[in-house]
Amino acid sequence: MKTGSNRYDVCVIGAGVCGANIARRLSAYELDVALVDKEADVSFGTSKANSGIVHGGFHHNKKYLKARLELQGMMMFDRLQQELDFPFKRCGIVVAALHEDEMRAIEQLYMQGVDNGVIGIEMCSRERMLELEPKLNPDTLGGLWVPGGGIVEPYRFVFALVESARKNGVEIMTGFKVEHAARAGDEWTVRAADGRVVKARYVVNAAGLYADEVSRAFGAEEFEIKPRKGEYYLLDRLTKAKPERVIFPVPTSVSKGMLVIPTVEGTVLIGPTAEAVDDKADLATTREQLEKILSSARAMVPSVSEYDVITSFAGLRPTLEEDFYIEPSAKAPALIQVAGIQSPGLTASPAIGEYVKDLLKKEGLRLSEKSDYDPFVGKRPHVKDLTPYEVDKLAQADPAYANMICRCEKVSEAEIVQAIRAGHTTLDGIKYFTRAQMGRCQGGFCTYKIIKIIMRETGLSWDEITKNGDGSRILKDAL
Amino acid sequence: MSEELICITCPLGCRLSVDRQPDGGLAVTGNRCPRGVKYANEELLAPRRVVSATAAVEGGAACSGNPGGLCAVSRLPVRSSAAYPKQGVPELLEAIYALRVSLPVSRGDVLIKDFKGSGVDVIATRTLKRVE
Amino acid sequence: MKDLTFDSVVIGGGAAGMAAALELDRAGFSCAIVEREEALGGILTQCIHNGFGLIEFNEELSGPEFAEKIEERLAGTGITSFTGATVMELDASGDIKTLYCYTGAHGVMRLSARVVVLAMGCRERNRGNIRIPGDRPAGVYTAGLAQRLVNIEGFVPGKDVVIIGSGDIGLIMARRMSWIGCKVHAVVEILPYPSGLTRNIVQCLHDFGIPLYLSHLTTNIVGRERVEGVEITPIENGATRYDKAFTIPCDTVLLSVGLVPENELSKMAGVELNPMTNGPVADSMLMTNVPGVFACGNVLHVHDLVDYVVEEARRAGAHAARWLKGERPKAEARVKAGPNVRYCAPSRVDLHAANKLYMRTLIVKNDATLEVKVNNRVVKSVKKNHIQPSEMIAVELGPKDLEFAVGAPDPVVELSIS
Repeated sequence: MKTGSNRYDVCVIGAGVCGANIARRLSAYELDVALVDKEADVSFGTSKANSGIVHGGFHHNKKYLKARLELQGMMMFDRLQQELDFPFKRCGIVVAALHEDEMRAIEQLYMQGVDNGVIGIEMCSRERMLELEPKLNPDTLGGLWVPGGGIVEPYRFVFALVESARKNGVEIMTGFKVEHAARAGDEWTVRAADGRVVKARYVVNAAGLYADEVSRAFGAEEFEIKPRKGEYYLLDRLTKAKPERVIFPVPTSVSKGMLVIPTVEGTVLIGPTAEAVDDKADLATTREQLEKILSSARAMVPSVSEYDVITSFAGLRPTLEEDFYIEPSAKAPALIQVAGIQSPGLTASPAIGEYVKDLLKKEGLRLSEKSDYDPFVGKRPHVKDLTPYEVDKLAQADPAYANMICRCEKVSEAEIVQAIRAGHTTLDGIKYFTRAQMGRCQGGFCTYKIIKIIMRETGLSWDEITKNGDGSRILKDAL
Repeated sequence: MSEELICITCPLGCRLSVDRQPDGGLAVTGNRCPRGVKYANEELLAPRRVVSATAAVEGGAACSGNPGGLCAVSRLPVRSSAAYPKQGVPELLEAIYALRVSLPVSRGDVLIKDFKGSGVDVIATRTLKRVE
Repeated sequence: MKDLTFDSVVIGGGAAGMAAALELDRAGFSCAIVEREEALGGILTQCIHNGFGLIEFNEELSGPEFAEKIEERLAGTGITSFTGATVMELDASGDIKTLYCYTGAHGVMRLSARVVVLAMGCRERNRGNIRIPGDRPAGVYTAGLAQRLVNIEGFVPGKDVVIIGSGDIGLIMARRMSWIGCKVHAVVEILPYPSGLTRNIVQCLHDFGIPLYLSHLTTNIVGRERVEGVEITPIENGATRYDKAFTIPCDTVLLSVGLVPENELSKMAGVELNPMTNGPVADSMLMTNVPGVFACGNVLHVHDLVDYVVEEARRAGAHAARWLKGERPKAEARVKAGPNVRYCAPSRVDLHAANKLYMRTLIVKNDATLEVKVNNRVVKSVKKNHIQPSEMIAVELGPKDLEFAVGAPDPVVELSIS
């Protein structure tokens, strides 16, 4: 761990799922690495609001880098889960055909999947489909079954990666909005809007939606990231519409379509829409798009009901071109561009970490393995997943494990405190880390308790409590 | 010109039209029962409101439940012991906000006696213990 | 693990739970109350305004006073109260029910009892439930959360407020926010009439000159980080007039858009719910379909006045005590919500006892008639000066009213309003 110096071997810009995978991968070597992000917490960009799918490797042709990284990445999740203890499950993916002409598309997907070497991929009859997923519309004509596909809680994945990276010496800086970069000798000087400076020999631009602006700050390639919005509905975990598998429609030319997703944590997500927007901060949901989601989801799972909706949200895909853009900059030295990482970016991200590590090596970064690299992070108990006996045992050591804060998602005070100690001090950060406020009451009952715990644990005053960083203050005054 | 108001004595919610007479009295129409006339007279000539608010407690945390939990509170709920003239409500609120109530306090404790000679007190509406 | 056995356990220490427990105790049964908050009293403790207790105490009290006066009745009884204790698992399948309560003070406790009374209350519907599109900034809170923050924690969630929904909590909060120096710019209601009491419209809105927009749909929340405004759209003759939408600038949105009985534990215990109330289907003893599991208060159906909650809970507690003594209704009739009636609770009446039912109408009407039919024969007709959906209607039915049902196969009592 570095102390006192602001010089690094590598600075990774963007603590989303790509940046976090890259930084963690680099943390296995004798390197000083900084991971910086402009938001108040890590994973607050595209990585916090997406479908959370580990894709099956059949949607894209192998000629694309993204398909190759997807195939490689999807195989890496089991090991990562053992090391990092994040919610992940290979529940399998079905693609449902509802019209005769869609069966032809299913066949093409099947052929592509076989060509890509997807294990266990199957063409399915109607009966087989309904057996695999009884919640499907009985009018389903047939479809595709990909047992290796799965679901992951994307922000929890990023949090775990970052925690592991930090444990292995990576320095994390949030609220670090890169504004300017200059190269002197063999070193970049990266300056943030708030005046902080990081010096690094190599820089990775994994800035997601803002990769174009970061590229410009480095005098590197000119390109434009175009945000494409995806809106979602989240359904209560007690919904009758909860499927066992991820359900895809037959994809269109622009998107994989709107899915019905059983999340790892037991709720149901439906969406996303796909709509080009101009504004990178436009996370608004819209009436028209949300109506589309409901009707599309109902076509596949008729029991989807608007009465089960507990919240809606939107995420932005950072689109650039057909394929991922992961290359050393041709214009700026010692800069690796990792841009345009839209779907299947989450699936590919572990492989992107590997790939970028290799690119850095090719660019001259010396990699020597750390003798004390520890890929594991400690398992954290979640009261939700434990029996009363297990909770009682934990509570003997720390009574806060039996003090329930969030009744809907079953989160204890101890888990809230852990989130805060892991650096998540905003309401959203705590929500993504613990699930408190994410359930059916959406924080109606627990928000005041969480505010008090944050104040107690951090010493922050009421006017420093935010939803997700500066500008999103929760309280306006105190009596 | 008539003044319009809604009688709130019962859920019927009669829409009353009230004309001020030269003798200072009120002519009320729209009421379905005599209570409408009474309401209009009270509401237009001498409206009163029960005021409820909270006051600061002195010496930090108070608690009404398990000590040591998240129950520590810094405000004590209070109310006027009876309806207070409506136009004086802001003044009464000021007086409540200026209070610094020392703990412990019991429900019904008089915090302000006979505010401005109105005969209306401000009382605590919750018992709060002191926690160390 | 602490292991305790009682004759009965009441889940929820609000007005309903305490009232039910008191009856069980009075009948000589041991009883424990399990309350998840740190103090008894439930939501009353944050309802510092006046207007509670006219029926129960014959005086107008604030919420904390009402709660404390009920709580004082616990003193000297054998009732055990666990606060800061959340029931996380409920197995009611056998004669002996098992509850696992998680507590900060005692770790996990296993409680066993022959009777469980559900009195968990309700929760507020939120933005997601009514699907308001738009940005997702800080500054959008349910009225109840804001009430907690202001009245108990002493925090002011915002200065310029728009309230969505004209339920009583929203109206009360409009006055409360005004009294702490905030500006309430509007109350927006989708229906053509207000959901709250006229009294609250007058004293919480008119007193402060707060506009009430009836027949207006909230169509957008604007603001990237903190709320900057709310777009509302008039509904005219059933059509949403998007061309007439306008935005009200504000920094805070409070939602008062209805309450939902909180029945997740009930579902865990296999309790059947009535889709009209979102509360359990209850028989004439206020017992659910799971033998030995009773329900009362806002978990059974959302009440308008806490006084009625207490009245109903007392009946539930007394019935539970009778049930423990082995008493069962000899014959029951099914209760059916007829024309213009949204629901009746409970769902069954005892043909040989005095029954009290609460119902809600679907319509607003003056000079209405409530009619009770037993097997299609009118047995009772009651004139009502005024009815509206926000106010409960109480009906009492005794053995005399129900005599036509005795001996009939599958007797039905239908309540209707015209």
